[in-house]
Amino acid sequence: MASPSATARGAVPARPVRTRRNTELALVLAAVLIAVFGYAEVGLNLDGEVPRGAAGYGAALGVLALLAHGAVRWRAPYADPLPLPIAVLLNGIGLVAIYRLDRATPRSAAAPAQLLWSALGVGLFIAVVLLLRDHRVLQRYAYLGALVALVLLVLPVLFPPVYGSRIWITLGPFSFQPGEFAKILLAVFFAAYLAVHRDTLALTGRRIWKVRLPLGRVLGPVLLIWAAFVGVMVLETDLGTSLLFFGLFVIMLYVATARSGWIAIGLLLAAVAAVGVGRLSPHVHSRVTDWLHPLGSIAAGQGANQIAQSLFAFAWGGMLGTGLGLGQSVLIGFAAKSDFILATLGEELGLVGLVAVLLLYALLVSRGFRTGIALRDPFGRLLAIGLAAIVGLQVFVVASGVLDLIPLTGMTLPFIAQGGSSVVTNWIIVALLVRMSDTARRPPPEEPA
Amino acid sequence: MRHGEGGPHGLPGISTTGRRAGTFCLLLIVALAAQATRVQVFRKDELDHNPANQRLTVRRYSEPRGNILVAGAPVTGSEPTGGRYAYRRTYPDGGRYAAVTGYSSQTYGNTQLEGIYDDLLSGTDPRLASWAVWDAISRGRQPGGDVRTTIDPAAQQAALRGLGDQKGAVAAIEPATGRILALASTPTYDPGTFAGTSDADRQAWDRLQADPDQPMLNRALRQTYPPGSTFKVVTAAAALSAGVVTDPDAPTSAPYPYVLPGTTTALPNDTSACNRPNLSLRQAMINSCNSVLGYLGVQVGLPGMVAAAQGYGFDDGELDVPVRAARSNFDTVMDRSQLALSSIGQYDTAATPLVMAMVAAGVANNGTVMYPQLVDRLTRGDGTPIQLMSPREYRQAMSGAVAEQVRQLMVDVVEQGTGRNARIAGATVGGKTGTAEHGEGNSGTPYAWFVSWAKPDGSDAVPPVAVAVVVADSSASEVTGGGLAAPIARAVMQAVLKSR
Repeated sequence: MASPSATARGAVPARPVRTRRNTELALVLAAVLIAVFGYAEVGLNLDGEVPRGAAGYGAALGVLALLAHGAVRWRAPYADPLPLPIAVLLNGIGLVAIYRLDRATPRSAAAPAQLLWSALGVGLFIAVVLLLRDHRVLQRYAYLGALVALVLLVLPVLFPPVYGSRIWITLGPFSFQPGEFAKILLAVFFAAYLAVHRDTLALTGRRIWKVRLPLGRVLGPVLLIWAAFVGVMVLETDLGTSLLFFGLFVIMLYVATARSGWIAIGLLLAAVAAVGVGRLSPHVHSRVTDWLHPLGSIAAGQGANQIAQSLFAFAWGGMLGTGLGLGQSVLIGFAAKSDFILATLGEELGLVGLVAVLLLYALLVSRGFRTGIALRDPFGRLLAIGLAAIVGLQVFVVASGVLDLIPLTGMTLPFIAQGGSSVVTNWIIVALLVRMSDTARRPPPEEPA
Repeated sequence: MRHGEGGPHGLPGISTTGRRAGTFCLLLIVALAAQATRVQVFRKDELDHNPANQRLTVRRYSEPRGNILVAGAPVTGSEPTGGRYAYRRTYPDGGRYAAVTGYSSQTYGNTQLEGIYDDLLSGTDPRLASWAVWDAISRGRQPGGDVRTTIDPAAQQAALRGLGDQKGAVAAIEPATGRILALASTPTYDPGTFAGTSDADRQAWDRLQADPDQPMLNRALRQTYPPGSTFKVVTAAAALSAGVVTDPDAPTSAPYPYVLPGTTTALPNDTSACNRPNLSLRQAMINSCNSVLGYLGVQVGLPGMVAAAQGYGFDDGELDVPVRAARSNFDTVMDRSQLALSSIGQYDTAATPLVMAMVAAGVANNGTVMYPQLVDRLTRGDGTPIQLMSPREYRQAMSGAVAEQVRQLMVDVVEQGTGRNARIAGATVGGKTGTAEHGEGNSGTPYAWFVSWAKPDGSDAVPPVAVAVVVADSSASEVTGGGLAAPIARAVMQAVLKSR
């Protein structure tokens, strides 16, 4: 559809910019519809009728999705049309899965709270899209953000531990995991610092054998802050988040400086640390044992542990799954709605459904990376890539834990797992990606002739 | 769309490194999909059948189970539990049919018919589906099907009442078809007491397991006993078939005393009427003479005796009715003295009540042994048949002429000999008693046996019932097949004759 006049002028044919807002609207509506179908299927399979709340559920999800879409249409018209529908669909699937698990655990219903948290998440999404006109503003508050994040991380020490981990802040009926918010602030800080110092980090420093070590005064501050984050999380025995912070740091450092040698060093250090922690901490040691021998506790006559129950759930689902509501993943017991919720999807939607969900994540992550690559400013590029990496790493850490690919570390599956802090945080991440993709795809202002 | 901006001094720019990092993240997700495939496809079978995985049990009891029927009436049921295993098995008639049905326990699994037809009863048998492909896609599940047995409730009732609180078993067969009419084992148990998962269920199971009387042992199918003199029916038929005896009333060349070949031990008889040489086969059968039948077995020879025994189901380790019966034994390698002992049902000879019922049934059915069958038909829940059992010939154990001669010998045993307790007014009954010693130096209480068949007087048809009874460890002061086992056999035969 190139305009002939543009060609005649000898310039690059100007392609009309397609905002893709209507595509996004169609996808968002499809996502809501799929989630409502899932909700109805749970009711049909369990009671033989569409659940009474189906209309309300569909309306709630639909209104939230449309509000979010409206915000994008109004203030970020050039944004990537995929992240929002993907987030709506994942959040919808999560609500269905939690509603389904609530049916099996009538005494602890979590779906209504999850819907409220989702609403708060969408609200923050809208706020970010509307209020944050230029993501580069964030660069100014990078250090302050890192400091706030660190304080947030340390605070749970003052609160009672939940299931052995001091990662919760409890205020009356509300509780949240500051580690979830901290990861965004940490990504902002890394992006800001590395955007400024990437040349120095890459090129200066002493050369020892084949690796060029960067100057201490440049690498020092970022290393220090990172170490503080990881240190706090290790002390609070939140191994999943420690792993996430570590992976995020290595990836962003590599993307900023292109020094692959550091990845090797990082992995080496991580391996040493992992072995060390595994030796010293009985908690970690038992996780490693469970990972290597998930069915070992059965042979020992102690019954199936969580990993074994999780594998049973996945296997029972097979190719096509049992259908929503017809699985037995509640046998997993504690954390079935949070860390282990993927097992419910695996059992009831089968390998086909599970791969579809993984593809949604893959699509979301790759759109994030594309946004990063398409942006012009180094800070924005690093931030988008960092945020996308957070989603990718988190999915991997939690899913491979419950699938017995790596030791279980305990994390929430983005958007799907029960957990207010997690849902809210992930909506903010998507909001930032949408915001930045609008900048990346916005056509440059017409140059005066 | 690489942007012009490169990395610091010739190093790759963010476009390149970002792309690589993105590829890495996607590879992580690909690894997840690969692991999911491994677990959900390649390890599915192994994980599904792990004993710690409750899903198979949950599914099995998620719906009311199909039923096992006797004469059209269910002898099993299902009741809702409100627990994880939604329905639990009930057995309205307690222990009466335990030897037929087996048990279906949420804790201890399924046995016998409950186990063999578990797929059908629990609704997963693909034959239940009318639209198999659609059901596979829609994951639809059929209501459980039913198993209709061949059991005659009157015969079963008579068998259990006859056995009473003695330890023993009864197997009754319809000779012309092989249909099993009664299958009883005492002491019996109530499979409903441990069908669930409660502590009470567990305690009931533990009690049954610890009971020295082994109530859960199916003595009719799964336990062998030395058949003693009831085995003489086999030996007599073999002698007639082999031409060792051509006329049952002619004197045989059997010596008295009969010294076991290669030894100095004479084979003793229980009654002095046997203590004469050259007795006829008929006299030997009427008085159950060990010396004569032992001698005749040796005259037939090992191959002939082995073939004869195997014609009735001895040495068959895969006799499935469809519940597998224990292997009844007749040694295939023996010296002649051992063969003589085996020919009168001692030495290593051991038989289940089922196989001894097959002996009587073979004689009754003109020499043709029919394959014993416990199940008449499999149906859907609404009664439409899925599979009908048809009579199958097991072996031709002897000619019709020999069978006729053996039948007359058995009639004589009942009319004039040791089997008089089995006489039924208005019916022709043929039988053979057995009293088998066992235990160290024959210290145990003998096993009292009776095998028989019966038909209405004047009927030319194949007798409608053949039965084997064993009473083990009775507290009666005098244990003989004629005294203890024959009345039970009579009651069972009477019940069948009356219902025809």
